Amino acid sequence: MTSPAATLLKISGIEKRFGGLTALSDVSLHIQAGEIYGLIGPNGAGKTTLFNILTGLYQADGGKFLFGDIEYAGRSKPHILAKAGIARTFQNIRLFSNMTILENVMVGCHHHSHTGIWGAITRHKNARNEEQQIAHRAAELLIYVGINRAHHMLAKNLSYGEQRRLEIARALATNPKLLALDEPAAGMNATETDSLKTLLQTIRNHGVTVLLIEHDVKLVMGLCDRIAVLDYGKKIAEGVPSEVRNNPAVIAAYLGG
Amino acid sequence: MRNALKRFLIIDKRNAPNQKRLAWAAFAVLAIILLALPFAIDGLFGRGWVRVLDFALLYIMLALGLNIVVGYAGLLDLGYVAFFAVGAYCYALLGSPQFGIHLPFWIVLPLGALLACLFGILLGAPTLRLRGDYLAIVTLGFGEIIRIFLNNLNAPINITNGPQGISMIDSIHLGEFSLGRTQEIFGITFPAAHLHYYLFLIFTLLVIFVSLRLQDSRIGRAWAAIREDEIAASAMGINTRNIKLLAFAMGATFGGLAGGLFAGFQGFVSPESFGLTESIMILCMVVLGGMGNVGGVVLGGILLVVIPELTRHLAGTAQQALLGKTVIDPESLRMLMFGLALILIMLWRPAGLWPSSQRRRELIAPAPPSV
Amino acid sequence: MDIFLQQIINGLVQGSVYSMVALGYTMVYGILGLINFAHGEIVMIGAMVALSVIQLLTGAGFPIFFILLISLMLSMIVCMILGYSMERIAYRPLRNAPRLAPLITAIGLSIVLQTLAMMFWGREYHSFPLLFTNDSVHIAGAVITEVQIIIITVALVMMGGLLILVHRTRLGRAMRAVAENPSAAALMGVNSNSVISITFVLGSALAAIAGIMISANYGIVHYLMGALLGLKAFTAAVLGGIGNLRGAMLGGLLLGLIESLGAGYIGDLSGGFLGSHYQDVFAFFVLIAVLIFRPSGLLGERVAERA
Ligand SMILES: Nc1ncnc2c1ncn2[C@@H]1O[C@H](COP(=O)(O)OP(=O)(O)O)[C@@H](O)[C@H]1O
Ligand SMILES: [Mg+2]
Repeated sequence: MTSPAATLLKISGIEKRFGGLTALSDVSLHIQAGEIYGLIGPNGAGKTTLFNILTGLYQADGGKFLFGDIEYAGRSKPHILAKAGIARTFQNIRLFSNMTILENVMVGCHHHSHTGIWGAITRHKNARNEEQQIAHRAAELLIYVGINRAHHMLAKNLSYGEQRRLEIARALATNPKLLALDEPAAGMNATETDSLKTLLQTIRNHGVTVLLIEHDVKLVMGLCDRIAVLDYGKKIAEGVPSEVRNNPAVIAAYLGG
Repeated sequence: MRNALKRFLIIDKRNAPNQKRLAWAAFAVLAIILLALPFAIDGLFGRGWVRVLDFALLYIMLALGLNIVVGYAGLLDLGYVAFFAVGAYCYALLGSPQFGIHLPFWIVLPLGALLACLFGILLGAPTLRLRGDYLAIVTLGFGEIIRIFLNNLNAPINITNGPQGISMIDSIHLGEFSLGRTQEIFGITFPAAHLHYYLFLIFTLLVIFVSLRLQDSRIGRAWAAIREDEIAASAMGINTRNIKLLAFAMGATFGGLAGGLFAGFQGFVSPESFGLTESIMILCMVVLGGMGNVGGVVLGGILLVVIPELTRHLAGTAQQALLGKTVIDPESLRMLMFGLALILIMLWRPAGLWPSSQRRRELIAPAPPSV
Repeated sequence: MDIFLQQIINGLVQGSVYSMVALGYTMVYGILGLINFAHGEIVMIGAMVALSVIQLLTGAGFPIFFILLISLMLSMIVCMILGYSMERIAYRPLRNAPRLAPLITAIGLSIVLQTLAMMFWGREYHSFPLLFTNDSVHIAGAVITEVQIIIITVALVMMGGLLILVHRTRLGRAMRAVAENPSAAALMGVNSNSVISITFVLGSALAAIAGIMISANYGIVHYLMGALLGLKAFTAAVLGGIGNLRGAMLGGLLLGLIESLGAGYIGDLSGGFLGSHYQDVFAFFVLIAVLIFRPSGLLGERVAERA
């Protein structure tokens, strides 16, 4: 692991309102490069909203975040943030369901490949090479996340757990520095969750920082280096798992919510 | 019998060379048919039907262009004919007595395509970042606007010659060789309609080639991705606006290209050829044949040029014979068919007559939940 | 000065027609998120039916008021049935289909309606009979006809009624609930299918009235009148903020004003190059400008798509 803990993502004072509802208020987090960082909280706490701001799908009403060396005011376009190195999965799976599983992952390679109209039409040498490389990398990623299926299978025909892993492969194909996972274990059985846990550890060991929203407390406690707890759009606790587990505010939020 | 057929169709390794030979044979047969087609049709049905064939090729080009926008990228363009008009008028203005300019064909044609592309970008840039329905409306409006301008730009300075249109447009010609008159090559006589057929066939094949290549490429995948789920696509690093703009501009370019060919072929253009009806007809071809599938779109193009032509010839006579009068004039019948086709296909066969395997799955399955 | 005032009056009259049609677009959009492309054709059918009824009754020597009432009722009924069946046949089966599908059926529907109207009523321009005296009121050098006064009054009353209906009644509450969140509304016992039907029916009734008003104002009916009118009314809805009732009203009036002032002054503005037959392009440029600078419209709020 990286020895000097450099901050990869520094979120400061993010605000988000929907009409009268404050979904996030003054949320600040520091995520170190190379850690697995857990984000938990009751339903509706604002976790997904935070992801949407980090990935440019929502615009923040206030605050900013520093990713790598660049500061964002929460108003950048999604593809800019993807290029910068933030990749994500979705709480309700959003695969390209009628494309093949290989194509799904290949789409993830889009922004770091270059073939344009001309290359696509003529299929000159560079274009062919690039296409081959992308396909090769996509196939590798499928195996990496543990999907051993025919490449031309449609994404929507995968099992639920496989679809979640395909989303991870697709996100990894963008070569992210930070992988943000929105409830990846939702709907998985115990064995699937276990192998997911191993996968996330492998990903981290390969140098990708992981930001994880998860409801499965056992998984979060066993996997994460540090955890933050959101409740009603506010951060109510942050720390290593054992601290958070015993934090009275957290216990109140979970029992009261 | 069925087993024999099955065995015949199944590709296995030992059979591969045979398969290849078979493919070449099929290809050769197709090529001969395509080459002989105008002569056969001329002989069987008359010269008029060769012209119908020429128009069918033009419309197939248009439909393939629109297919990139609607079929590949999932964007509804209801004013597509405007790009056709831009290409046609560009050719007409730069190759007719209207301004006394007579630029050669090989300059005007790309120029028209380029201009159409430019219009596509100008129109798409502000609208493509919005939801798809807005694009539909804006393009619908754009189609109308172009027509209003074509109709009215005859005063105070006469540019388009208004509703009368521009006539005596230069025929398509390369140096001394003109497609506008009968030519003798290797002792074979080629009437103008035949010559245009071959030219249009070349362009159509080109457009088909480009369409197929694009579909199966990094760009084509990005189009499919935004069609499937725009939000997920953008989160994976696709600049959705640019990639949509690319589809839109490509479609417009093909439209402009077909427009130039149309002007040179007809020798005459007027705003009447570029109405909503034509846009709808092209859309119909794409939808009827099968959105996103090149083969289906070609089929749709052929059907929708030939069927109305047949009804024009037959419907009148049939009604006269059966009812003693013409109740529905062929033009109305044509429109009615288009409208009903759009509705019925969407309701019962949303992937078209010959769908791409991918679109079929997608259009038949319910959309993913939006929340 | 008087030309200016005259253009304002004309703009308000035209604008109130746009508003009424725009309401139909906005109501359906608010509830289904769907642009009902065929809405413009309903306006046209409304005008055509009214025309036929008036022609039929005028010879019979009924009083004007009675003729007007009957034609209004009948054309509203026809349009309401049309709107209802349209939704049932062409939209409801496609509610879970990809976006493109209902858009395409809507286009198909409007082509079919146009063609049927052409077969039924012919290609020619019909003159819409003068229902009132040609009396007019003069204000500061501008003229406003009786028909125009009636148009504005009817529009105001209808729009006021609609606002009350949507904001003060049970039905209105159900409509807003379905628009907000269909599944939650269903949980609360709202039958969203019937609410959607009612929305189409209401919009179609407004369209019928608008059709009659616009024909009375111009004195002309034509089977293609719905297309351009629909486009403009949609522009009005977008200008005001689609999905927002007050927005549709405001947008309609504004668009009417922009058009009539634009048409009045386009010659001066373009140094005589462009004439008033370019009136129809204003709506389009307004639409583009709104989409560029304020896609949510004047009164609409930005609605982010949920991720
Ligand atoms: N697009 C939106 N429009 C309105 N409200 C939203 C939107 N997205 C999220 N919310 C609201 O914001 C709050 C936080 O939601 P979310 O971030 O999804 O919670 P979590 O992921 O922690 O369960 C919820 O009350 C939710 O209803
Ligand atoms: Mg969530």
